[in-house]
Amino acid sequence: MKTQIHSLEDGRSLTGKSSHWLGPQQDPLPSARTALFFFLGVLTVVFGLLSIAYRMRMSLGDWQPLSDPWQLWLNTAMLFFSSGVFELTRQRLRQAGISAAHDPRVNSPQANSHQVRSLLLLAGVLAITFLIGQLWVWQLLMAQGYYLSANPANSFFYLITGLHGLHLLGGLVVWLYSYRKVCRVGSLEVSRISIELCCHYWHFLLLVWLLMLALLLRT
Amino acid sequence: MSDSIISGAEHGPQSFWTRYVWSQDHKVIAIQYSITAIFVGLIALVLSLLMRMQLGFPGSLEFMDAAAYYQAMTMHGMIMVIYLLTALFLGGFGNYLIPLMIGARDMVFPYLNMLSYWTYLLAVIVLLSSFFVPGGPTGAGWTLYPPQAILPGTPGTDWGIVLMLVSLVIFIVATTMGGLNYVTTILQARTKGMTLMRMPLTVWGIFIATIMALLAFPALFVSGVMMLCDKLLHTSFFMPSIVSMGESLGYQGGSPVLFQHLFWFFGHPEVYIVALPAFGIVSDLLSVHARKNIFGFRMMVWALVSIGVLSFVVWAHHMYVSGMNPYFGFFFAITTLVIAAPTAIKVYNWVLTLWRGDIHLRVPMLFAIGFISTFVIGGLTGLFLGNVIVDIPLSDTYFVVAHFHMVMGVSPIMVIFAAIYHWYPKVTGRMLHDGLGKIHFWVTFLGTYAIYFPMHYLGILGMPRRYFAYPNYEFIPASAQDLNAFITVAALVVGAFQLLFIFNLIYSYWRGQPAPSNPWGATSLEWQTPQTPPAHGNWGEQLPQVYRWAYDYSLPGVEQDFVPQTTEQPISDQAREGHK
Repeated sequence: MKTQIHSLEDGRSLTGKSSHWLGPQQDPLPSARTALFFFLGVLTVVFGLLSIAYRMRMSLGDWQPLSDPWQLWLNTAMLFFSSGVFELTRQRLRQAGISAAHDPRVNSPQANSHQVRSLLLLAGVLAITFLIGQLWVWQLLMAQGYYLSANPANSFFYLITGLHGLHLLGGLVVWLYSYRKVCRVGSLEVSRISIELCCHYWHFLLLVWLLMLALLLRT
Repeated sequence: MSDSIISGAEHGPQSFWTRYVWSQDHKVIAIQYSITAIFVGLIALVLSLLMRMQLGFPGSLEFMDAAAYYQAMTMHGMIMVIYLLTALFLGGFGNYLIPLMIGARDMVFPYLNMLSYWTYLLAVIVLLSSFFVPGGPTGAGWTLYPPQAILPGTPGTDWGIVLMLVSLVIFIVATTMGGLNYVTTILQARTKGMTLMRMPLTVWGIFIATIMALLAFPALFVSGVMMLCDKLLHTSFFMPSIVSMGESLGYQGGSPVLFQHLFWFFGHPEVYIVALPAFGIVSDLLSVHARKNIFGFRMMVWALVSIGVLSFVVWAHHMYVSGMNPYFGFFFAITTLVIAAPTAIKVYNWVLTLWRGDIHLRVPMLFAIGFISTFVIGGLTGLFLGNVIVDIPLSDTYFVVAHFHMVMGVSPIMVIFAAIYHWYPKVTGRMLHDGLGKIHFWVTFLGTYAIYFPMHYLGILGMPRRYFAYPNYEFIPASAQDLNAFITVAALVVGAFQLLFIFNLIYSYWRGQPAPSNPWGATSLEWQTPQTPPAHGNWGEQLPQVYRWAYDYSLPGVEQDFVPQTTEQPISDQAREGHK
């Protein structure tokens, strides 16, 4: 078990500590996943409170809704595909891991790795497209005179989309880090945990985005 | 296996910088957290004494004008609640005790842990820097209610409030990083045999408080970000249309009450974020020093959990005077009184733990028993204030000041002192000076009552809180001023004697008696480490294995009056007889 992890993680976990040093939790994945799970809980509260505040504010008389540019739907599609491609990457990675464990000779990891690496790149690029699209929407709205402080509806729109975008940007930093590591080392296994976590995080941000979009469109 | 661990030990940090400054060792980070928190706490203590000088002897300090008074009040409150208590309980005690008490080598994410401390330090520096900017720190009160928090006329509306909000946001990032680490470590890194129900209550208290911090601080984060937008980008989240000093400010339609809801949705759980670790620690200390198992262990755990859950549905009892639907007030009064039930269970269980125990009145025990006293007094006035019709007349008086200082100011501080006296031998390898400790306890404990007991009376007289001076209030008798002067003298004495404690900490570090590895005869894992203070990696070659809960004191038929968690079978008297 230990030697396997050594080969998987180069003897070091996400934490920068040798995995054997950590005692009972030999595989760093469950720890990382637990931490991510709690972090998603934190974000749920953040966006939950924002939507409650939004609902409360909406009911007051001076609320003037924004126009909803069609580009929002394009962006939604981008994020949806980004999340989907991440899922595909994770599935491929798992299959590769399982078949390699069964018989290392059958499935040439190198060939597979190339394909998965492209998928990983695609997922990130789609997410970047989403962010650029969001900036485009901001620009369009500004051009139409929907400034940040002109109406509470605008303030909430920019705040919610901005915070969501910042969180995706944080995810992209992890994505970039693991993608570069994959490219440098030439094996996907070095970033197995990051990819797994990014995948969960992306699904979560997609879900948050869909809920926030529903909220923003209801006005 | 042993091979790799030894190599791991050798790979422990070697140079001064990696060992003491950029350290990833939870014990060093805990000490960094604690020293920083105690340092800012001392600043906040001085601020409170400056305020007391103004109240007791008006005009005695020349620089103390109304603006300076409000700035001192705001910074005192914010520092004490967030940068001292929260940081010290979670970042200090949490960091030190979690891995040691559950038998782990370190936190599961040591790098994140280091990052958490340095982010916290940054938050502290940003906060303290507001003393040196034009206009000084914000004087909005620690609750930072808009619109006054960002309106001209309040001290520090140019820079102070921005620095305060930025510092809070940074602090929340630090707490989140730390919190994720503590929760994950408790869930994933417990040693063999350490089931959740075998964890000492200290760990349980910190665990529940950490989850609460993770869920409550986002509310402060959201409100902080929204208020920063209002201040810097002129949005109107919280700012209504308002005319200030004769000119319209261009804000429109924001809701100040929305801020209050968000703030107290954080603010009330915050009380328990501070209280639950204190509950946990005091349970363990009472058990150790009374040589008895904690009474009703399971009940204690579930009381912690239910207090944690309930504390999220009581927030609006801070807002009875903000105006609300009467049914709303009724609901929050009920939930507030319901939370007294699990809290009372805890108090009963502490007292029942002491009942017929073999009580050793050592300094940590004195502080722990002192905590029960201050907490009961503060809790009882909480029952008064939880009722809407009692709260409304008392809300803006010194009665509330007395209440919350007893229940969440002094009480957690008593536990912090108890905990420091208790664990100092493990942390430094030396005992704190006992005589100095006893003087420190008696002055602090009696001083606390001298300070806060009269405040209840002043509050019932109707003396308003938050006021800088009280000239020409006919309903306040002149004798109230004498009482205020008395409180100030008591506060100065108590404040001065805290220096004795700091002296004790420093003196004993160099000159204290060398501590044995388990001076109190405690069962929990942190006292069973091979070295004192524990070395990097905590446990030497072998992780400890746990066979029992942490409360096996004075077992019948066992010679030693405690059985460590690592002992498989205690040696009974009969077995010893048979051996002979």
